[in-house]
Amino acid sequence: MHDLSFLAAGGILVSLILYALLGGADFGGGVWGLLGSGPRAGAQRLLIAHAIGPIWETNHIWVVIAVVILFTAFPPAFALISTALFVPVTLMLAGIVLRGAAFAFHSYHLHDEGGGMRRWGSVFACASLLTPVLLGVVIGAVSSGSLRAQSTAPLGASAAWLSPFPFSVGLLTLAVFSYLAGLVFLAATAALGAHVSLLLRSYPVARICAAAQAIVVLAGWGGAQYPFLVRPDLTIPAAASSHASLRLILIALAAGGVLLFPAIFLLFWVFKKEAVFGRSRKT
Amino acid sequence: MHLLAGIGVALGGLLSGVLVVSANAWMNSPAGFLLRDGIATAVDPLAAMANPAWATEAVHMSLAAYAASGFAVAGIHAYKLLRDRENLFHRHALAIALTVGGTAAVLLPVSGDFNARFVAKDQPVKLAAMEGQFRTERGAPLRIGGIPDAAKGTTRFAIEIPRGLSLLAFHDPDAEVKGLEAFPREEWPNPLLVHAAFQVMVACGSAMAAVALFAALLAWKSSENLVRPPFLLAVLCCSPLGIVAVEAGWTVTELGRQPWVIRGVMRTAEAVTPVGGLALPFAFFSALYLALGISAAWLLRREVSKSPSFPAPADGTPVPETEE
Repeated sequence: MHDLSFLAAGGILVSLILYALLGGADFGGGVWGLLGSGPRAGAQRLLIAHAIGPIWETNHIWVVIAVVILFTAFPPAFALISTALFVPVTLMLAGIVLRGAAFAFHSYHLHDEGGGMRRWGSVFACASLLTPVLLGVVIGAVSSGSLRAQSTAPLGASAAWLSPFPFSVGLLTLAVFSYLAGLVFLAATAALGAHVSLLLRSYPVARICAAAQAIVVLAGWGGAQYPFLVRPDLTIPAAASSHASLRLILIALAAGGVLLFPAIFLLFWVFKKEAVFGRSRKT
Repeated sequence: MHLLAGIGVALGGLLSGVLVVSANAWMNSPAGFLLRDGIATAVDPLAAMANPAWATEAVHMSLAAYAASGFAVAGIHAYKLLRDRENLFHRHALAIALTVGGTAAVLLPVSGDFNARFVAKDQPVKLAAMEGQFRTERGAPLRIGGIPDAAKGTTRFAIEIPRGLSLLAFHDPDAEVKGLEAFPREEWPNPLLVHAAFQVMVACGSAMAAVALFAALLAWKSSENLVRPPFLLAVLCCSPLGIVAVEAGWTVTELGRQPWVIRGVMRTAEAVTPVGGLALPFAFFSALYLALGISAAWLLRREVSKSPSFPAPADGTPVPETEE
């Protein structure tokens, strides 16, 4: 049973890593959109929209999987996080909703000159800025040891996240996401044929390094948390659901993975060959 | 490849709807665990998923989703055809939407019957609230309309069809139907709201089924009949009814289960988060979704107004009518 619970917790960590790698880039995209200014701001936003275009929707799969594993495999941890961290979790949810909606609406306006595109673009950018910070705040608060699980019912909202440590984790998350995004867009720019420079040759290496950095940061966090889900009261085995539930969750994850990974690979192969696989069809 | 992806989306949508309904069905008829001292033990997730209410609820909701989206889409094309009868794009689209939505709408009363008979057996207090049935009686009447008055214990102003409820719920005109009075007062859902929502759902569903049958009759004679303005107007009027019926149906099943969130296991009051000041996030998310809904409606309107005109007018004049 313990082994199964650690496998399920590993599933959460892997989903978060994939979310940071794939979703992080489009969060960062929104942030860069905010920074874009001057006469080329419009063109920059078009480039960003083009770069994250058809794949951004799939990126939410990973956070959904992480949350679903948390509430099916570790209900006490889910109860604690969603009540004690009610404020940041709710705001993060609002950020995710706004981002999705704003990006979809924004892309309807892509070739308009009017205010629609700018308005939704700004909503997208602001939500992209806030959401990773709040995600980091939640991760920081869970690691800080200030959320106490009660043996009976969970208490109400906690203010434990309102301290420097969770916010520093939030800013780190934002920085990592923006950095990842920046490198993806370099590739997009190059592939669009705007600037084919000699430097291009080093981009794939830079992308791999940035991705590795994000993986190492999150894997390191997972290692430091071990064996806790929420420090200092909830360990992974103590918060786990029944053996039967865990077994089914892991079977479902494995079956889902068989379906999902080839599909994701195909999606990137079709739409993002240049950006991810580093091969340009244009020379 | 493009078609294959579409099939994937349709299957995925259907499957996720069916699985979401499984969770709701479990709240109505919990299964797959034993309660010991208020704690669930011997959890069997597969038995919980395959709870007794799942099959009937999932079929009813899936059909309702097809009917609601079919009629919503058909209404848009009917609106465009009212202005441009010869537009082949809208003619074909109307036929497809009516086929999907209409078939589902005609099947819905059948799946509704299965649901009602299941609820009559499994959740008699919900059935009593749906039907405004206060007294336990044999040969209970079916009430159309009416205002249940919980204080006086009667449903006034209803058109009563003698023995109708016993016949529908148990397929036996003399069957005993349990009334709300058979249950302790604190176990009652709000009969006024549940009965009203149930009437709205049945009324909308019946109107859609009638229009669907009428459409089949018209199309059987000549497909040209489908673009006659009175029929198009009827389809346009039915356009929002599917969505209204779905909302009303969820109101019935959710309010009808009160005061329980998991029937017989956990009360709604026990399930609510200990976080205070919930009015604020409620107002915030309501405003957020209202704003997003308005934006989406505006964008949809724009997309509809940009829909193709086919056959294209050669010189800006409408294509003359050739038939009729």
